[in-house]
Amino acid sequence: MDQFYPQTGMNIVRVLERLGHSVDYPEAQTCCGQPAFNSGYWDEARAVAERQMTVFHDAEIVVIASGSCGAMLKVFYPELFQGHPRESEARALAAKTFEFSDFLVNRLGVLDVGARFSGRATFHDGCHGLRELGLKNPPRQLLQHVRGLELVEMQEAETCCGFGGTFAVKFPMISTAMGEVKCVSIAETGADYVISNDSSCLMQIRGVLDRQGKSVRTLHLAEVLAQT
Amino acid sequence: MTNREIILGRIREALKITAPHPAFHDGPVTAPPLPASPQKWLPPVGGTLEEQIELFRRNAEDLKAGFRECTNVNEAGQYVKTLALAGGWKKIGLHSGDWTDPVARELGLPEVRTDGGYAVNDLESCDAGLTECEALVAQTGSVLVSAPGAGGRALSVLPPHHVVLARRSQMVPDLTAALQRVQEKFKDKFPSFLSFISGPSRTGDIERILVLGAHGPKKLTILLLP
Amino acid sequence: MNAHAREFNEAARQQTADLGQRDWIQKALAGYYAKRDEFKNRFSNWQGARDTAAAVKWEAVNHLDRYLDEFASRLEARGAKVFWAPGAQEARDYIVGVARQHKVRAIIKSKSMTAEEIHLNDALEQAGFEVVESDLGEYIVQLRQEPPYHLVFPAMHLRRQQISDLFHDRLGSERTNNPEDLTMIARRVMRRKYCEADMGISGANFAIAETGMISITENEGNARLTTSLPKVHVAIVGIEKVLPRLSDLALFLPMLATAGAGQPITCYNTLYGGPRQPGEPDGPGEFHVVLLDNRRTELLADAEQRDALHCIRCGACLNVCPIFKNVGGHSYGTTYQGPIGSVITPHLRGLQDWKHLSQASSLCGACTETCPVKINLHHHLLHNRRNAIHARPARLEKLVQTGFVFMMRRPRLYEWGARVGRILQPLQRLVRGTILDPLRAWTKTRSFPPLAEKSFRELWRERKKP
Ligand code: SF4
Repeated sequence: MDQFYPQTGMNIVRVLERLGHSVDYPEAQTCCGQPAFNSGYWDEARAVAERQMTVFHDAEIVVIASGSCGAMLKVFYPELFQGHPRESEARALAAKTFEFSDFLVNRLGVLDVGARFSGRATFHDGCHGLRELGLKNPPRQLLQHVRGLELVEMQEAETCCGFGGTFAVKFPMISTAMGEVKCVSIAETGADYVISNDSSCLMQIRGVLDRQGKSVRTLHLAEVLAQT
Repeated sequence: MTNREIILGRIREALKITAPHPAFHDGPVTAPPLPASPQKWLPPVGGTLEEQIELFRRNAEDLKAGFRECTNVNEAGQYVKTLALAGGWKKIGLHSGDWTDPVARELGLPEVRTDGGYAVNDLESCDAGLTECEALVAQTGSVLVSAPGAGGRALSVLPPHHVVLARRSQMVPDLTAALQRVQEKFKDKFPSFLSFISGPSRTGDIERILVLGAHGPKKLTILLLP
Repeated sequence: MNAHAREFNEAARQQTADLGQRDWIQKALAGYYAKRDEFKNRFSNWQGARDTAAAVKWEAVNHLDRYLDEFASRLEARGAKVFWAPGAQEARDYIVGVARQHKVRAIIKSKSMTAEEIHLNDALEQAGFEVVESDLGEYIVQLRQEPPYHLVFPAMHLRRQQISDLFHDRLGSERTNNPEDLTMIARRVMRRKYCEADMGISGANFAIAETGMISITENEGNARLTTSLPKVHVAIVGIEKVLPRLSDLALFLPMLATAGAGQPITCYNTLYGGPRQPGEPDGPGEFHVVLLDNRRTELLADAEQRDALHCIRCGACLNVCPIFKNVGGHSYGTTYQGPIGSVITPHLRGLQDWKHLSQASSLCGACTETCPVKINLHHHLLHNRRNAIHARPARLEKLVQTGFVFMMRRPRLYEWGARVGRILQPLQRLVRGTILDPLRAWTKTRSFPPLAEKSFRELWRERKKP
C-alpha cells in the first residue's frame, strides 16, 4: 500500500477524517510480516511482528487498509506468539485492530459515509477478509449506500483471485489460471469497476485484466468511499 | 508384541498430548457431552404419523422410488401384479414372510426363495425381488433392511426391481429412531448386515449425469400396508 | 527442488495451459454446487451439524485406543477376523495371504481410497490374482490404467466419447454417446464378475465402536454386491474411521452425502457386522477387517494437526479448491488429492518430499470453510510450511527472508530501499517479461503496477506540514 497504492491510504484518511476521527500514521511501521509467515519463516515473521507491536502499542484503534494484513494482525499474531512472553500484547493488538470496512460498520456503526460515485461495479471478496475475518457484508453495506453506484454480484465473488503472496511467483501458472477464472467472472457482470478491500488482490486482478485487454477498472473500497 | 499391541501402543503414545477441542459455535470450549440425537441440526420432521408418511412420500419421489399406500394385502397383491405385467416378469425372488407369501401367491410366478440359501445364478435371473423391511425413515425416504428380515444380503440388490412391503408401524421419523429400533430389536444378536436403501441404484460417474440402475435395481417400489 | 515437486510443477503447467480441461472441470462441478446448497439448506442448522460432527470425531480420534479396541473386540466376538496392519506392506501381505489360502480365482473390489493408498491392486496382480474394480468410475480409470482423478468422482475428467472409445477398445462394445448405454455396458460386464468372484474387497466409511460394524456408503450397489456374493469379504479400514456410537451415523450419513455429492443421502448405506450369521440366507463365510495404521499414528502425534484425522473423505474440499480445479487431480501425484491430500501426504509419505503441495496454495481457506468436520485445512498448510522450513530451511530463501526482516525492522532502511526501487524501475521496464526480468514469474502473464511516484509516508509528511 505504502509503495504501490499510496492513494488508498490517503483515501482512508479522508474518509475517517470526514467522519470526525483523528488519524495518525506512525512512520516507524513497515510490514506485518506476512510474507515471511506464509513462507514458513515464523521466527523471522515474529521479529518483524514484534517491531509493529511496539509501534502500535499506544494506539487506541488500528485501522488496516487490507483484509490480508488485517488477518495477519488479528488472527495470526496470536498464533505466532502462542506461548511467547509477548503473547498478551499480540492478543491486545489483535483486539484493537480493524480492517477498514469492519471498523466503519461494526465498530462505528456507519453504513453511509456520504460518498457519491457513479458507475456499475462488482465487489471482489479478498479471501482473508472474507474467511479469516468473516467480513462478507460490511463492504457491501458500505457500497450499497454510495449514491450513484450500481453494485452487481459476480458468479465467482468468493473465489480466490490467485494472488496468495509468494504463491503468485512460486506457482505463477496456477496463480494466473486462478486470476483468469476470476476476471472472466468479473467481465461477465458487465461492470465498469471491480472493487475490493484488498490491494494485493487488486494488483493481481489488474495484472490479469491488462493482459486480457479488458477495460474494467480496479478500485480499492476506500477510493470509492472517499469520493463525494 | 502383537500388531494390536504395537498399534495401540503408538496411539497411546501419540495421545499423551491433548489436542484442542473444536469450539462449538455457541457453547463451551471444553469437551461437551455428545448429543444423543443430532435431530436439532437435521432437516425437520413432522410429529404425527400422517405427516411422516407425507414426508416419506415426497422424499421417495425425489429419490425416484415408487411409493403407494395399500388398505390391505389383497390390494398390494393386485398392485404388484400390475407391476409384473408392465415389467414382463417371468420369475421372482423372495423370502418367506407374512406379507411376501400372500403377494407371491397372487402373482403365481416361478419363485426363487432365499430362506435356506440359493444358487446365485438363479437369483440373478429373477426379474424382481420381494422383501419386507425393518423400518421406513421419513426424513430421508429410506428403507432399512436386515439380513434376517429381508431374505439376506443379495435379494434386495441383485434383481432389477425391488419391491418392499412395509407396515405403517414401521414408519419412523429419522435415522436415529431407525437405528434405535434395530438396537432394541436385536440387542446383542445383531445381524451381520443392515442397509438403508434410499431410492434405486444410481451413478453419476459419466459426466455427472444421473443414470439409474448402475449395478443394483433400476426400480424400487415401496408399498405401505396397515 | 525434489523429483515430486518437479513433476507437480510440470503437470500443473500442462494442466493450467489446457483451457478446455479447466473449463470441463468447472462445468462438471456446477451442478454439484447447486445441489449441495439445496440440501445444506434443508438442514435445520448446517453449521450446528458441522460443530457436532467435529466434536464427535474429536471424541473418537482423541480416544482412539479405547474405541478401536472396542470395535475390534466386538467384531471378533461375532466371528470376524481383525488384522492390525502397522504398515502398507503388512496389510498387502495379509490380504494376498487370504487370497492364496482360499485359492481364489477372481477378486471383485468396491471403491476404497485406503486400498489405493497401499497399492493393493498391484500387489494382488503381482501375486497372480485378477482384480476388477466394480464402481463404474473406478472401473473406467482401471481400464485406462490411471489412478482416480478425485476421491469421490474418479472419472470426472473424462468425456463420454472417451469412455465410449475405451469400452469399444477394451470390451468390444458398440460406440455410443449415451451415458445410460455406457453404464449398462459396464453393468453387464460386472454382473458376470459378481457371480464368478470368490473374494470381495471393500473399504469402509465408518467403523462403529459401539456395535463393531463397518459402514459403507455408495450409490451404485456395487459394494453391496461385492460383499454379498463372494465367499470371502476383506474390508480395509484406516484406523481413523472410528465413530463411537451407532447413532452417530444419523448425523454423518446425511452430512457425508450432502457435502460430498450434493445428495440428501446416498443410495446405500450399509452396515456389516461379521460374516454370515447362523440363520442368515447368504453372505461371506469369512469376514476379514484389516485395520491400517500406515503412519496415521504419526499424524495423531501431531496435536496441532490431529484434526486432519477427522476427515471423512467426502471430497468437498476438492470441489471448492481453486488449485484443484485448475491443476486437476492427477497433478498431485498422491492418493488423496486436493487440500486434504496436501495436508496429510507430508505426514504419510514424508514432509520434505511433499511440502511443495503445502506451498502450492493461495491459502484462500475455501476448503476449511466447506469441510463438514471443520478440519483447519488451510492453516495446516501453513503449519506444514513452517515445519518444513524448521527442519530444513531453503538456503537462498532463508537469505531473502533474513534480509526482509533486517529491512522491515529498520523503517529508514526500508524507505531507502523503496527509493532505490524507484530508480531501478525504468530498467525493469526494458527487460519486462524476459529472462533478465527479476519479476519475470509475475510479469510473464500479468502486468505489474509501477511504484507510486511518492509513497504514502511521503504524502503523509507533506500533508502534515502546515
Ligand atoms: S478434509 Fe473435510 S472436506 Fe476434505 S475430504 Fe476430508 S472431510 Fe471432506
